Amino acid sequence: MASGKEIRTKIKSVENTRKITKAMEMVAASKMRKAQDRMLKARPYGEKIRRVAAHLSHALSEYKHPFLEKRDQIKKVGIILVTSDKGLCGGLNTNVLRQLVNKMRELDGQKVDVQVTAIGSKGFAFLQRNGAQVVSHAIGLGDNPHIDSLIGPVKVQIDAYNAGEIDELHIAYTRFVNTMRQEPVVEQLLPLAGDTVGSESSRWDYVYEPDAKSVIDDLLVRYLEALVYQSVAENIASEQSARMVAMKAASDNAKNVIEELKLVYNKTRQAAITKELSEIVSGAAAV
Amino acid sequence: MSLRIHVDVVSAEEMIFSGEADHVVLPGESGELGIWPRHTPLLTRIRPGAVRIKLPDGGEEFVYVSGGMLEVQPTMVTVLADTAIRAHDLDEARAQQAKKAAEELLQKRDSSMDYAKAEGELADAIGQLAAIKKLRNKH
Repeated sequence: MASGKEIRTKIKSVENTRKITKAMEMVAASKMRKAQDRMLKARPYGEKIRRVAAHLSHALSEYKHPFLEKRDQIKKVGIILVTSDKGLCGGLNTNVLRQLVNKMRELDGQKVDVQVTAIGSKGFAFLQRNGAQVVSHAIGLGDNPHIDSLIGPVKVQIDAYNAGEIDELHIAYTRFVNTMRQEPVVEQLLPLAGDTVGSESSRWDYVYEPDAKSVIDDLLVRYLEALVYQSVAENIASEQSARMVAMKAASDNAKNVIEELKLVYNKTRQAAITKELSEIVSGAAAV
Repeated sequence: MSLRIHVDVVSAEEMIFSGEADHVVLPGESGELGIWPRHTPLLTRIRPGAVRIKLPDGGEEFVYVSGGMLEVQPTMVTVLADTAIRAHDLDEARAQQAKKAAEELLQKRDSSMDYAKAEGELADAIGQLAAIKKLRNKH
């Protein structure tokens, strides 16, 4: 059995670990609140654009934007992968990566090529290690991502779509359901699915300045970027809550370990005292 | 019914302004625009500049936008503001930069996704997670 001193050192070290995990839990909890806030703040923009886009798709029958047109033959697909920059957040990244690999394997089976944009260094490193075709990436976005840093990497995919190099664009990220539940999803961005654009029936049309085509082009690109930004914001909220849950579990485990170690420590201490006592008593009897 | 319009100024990152207004003045792409209630539906780009919102109580609200889109309906004005400075050339430069960074990395390796390796790595991580879960339940 381990000596008393050894166990004491062990207890000390587990206690230190617990302090760290506890601190990380608290930091994640406060960051989560902010991330959730940001996620909700980003929503109105997407909703407003969706409403305008819904109206456009009905009012404007003479100009069909390529973003709204389904292509018959799919030869290559673009995927935007959103992961976190840091680890220690439970199965968050693993789960979304598994979804991605399943999707890529499925496409591979249909002889469809894939090119990926990686947002977040965990996913980027994974794709690099495994030799996926990464056309652009954005890493180190921090807790407060700016849409500025997403425009370039996303445009690479949009350009590829416009040039006919890719025929579909998907996004893989972790959707925030609630604090305890995050869901890895792969969603289609392009062509914009009919139901996301909505079905509003109206007969009036806008006056466009300078002309309908350029205004709509601009609007749809912004819509796409807003969708990507929204996904990134959700991913950060998911990351923080996953980290909070993981760190809470780690703190609880550390607490259990400490309790068990304390029990062992007290047992050995008691055994030592009993032994000493019986030695004294038998010594006294011999005299 | 008093003549007022509902004004929303939103950016991809947050809601900047939302409320009733008397009228709005903003920098349209082809000139300064004054939007009053019952304006005809209009969709246009706006240039970087100040959006002046005249409130019903006589006060004024200024919001600076670095460009964006403007949607006008008879009782409603929506400004979809850009938070980033946008210009065609600038966007192009951003895309080129992103592309270059990826290509540089790509040159160091061949580009066929190794599914076996990827799945192995994932299986490893999932195994670890399962082990952690089991340990947690034990306690």
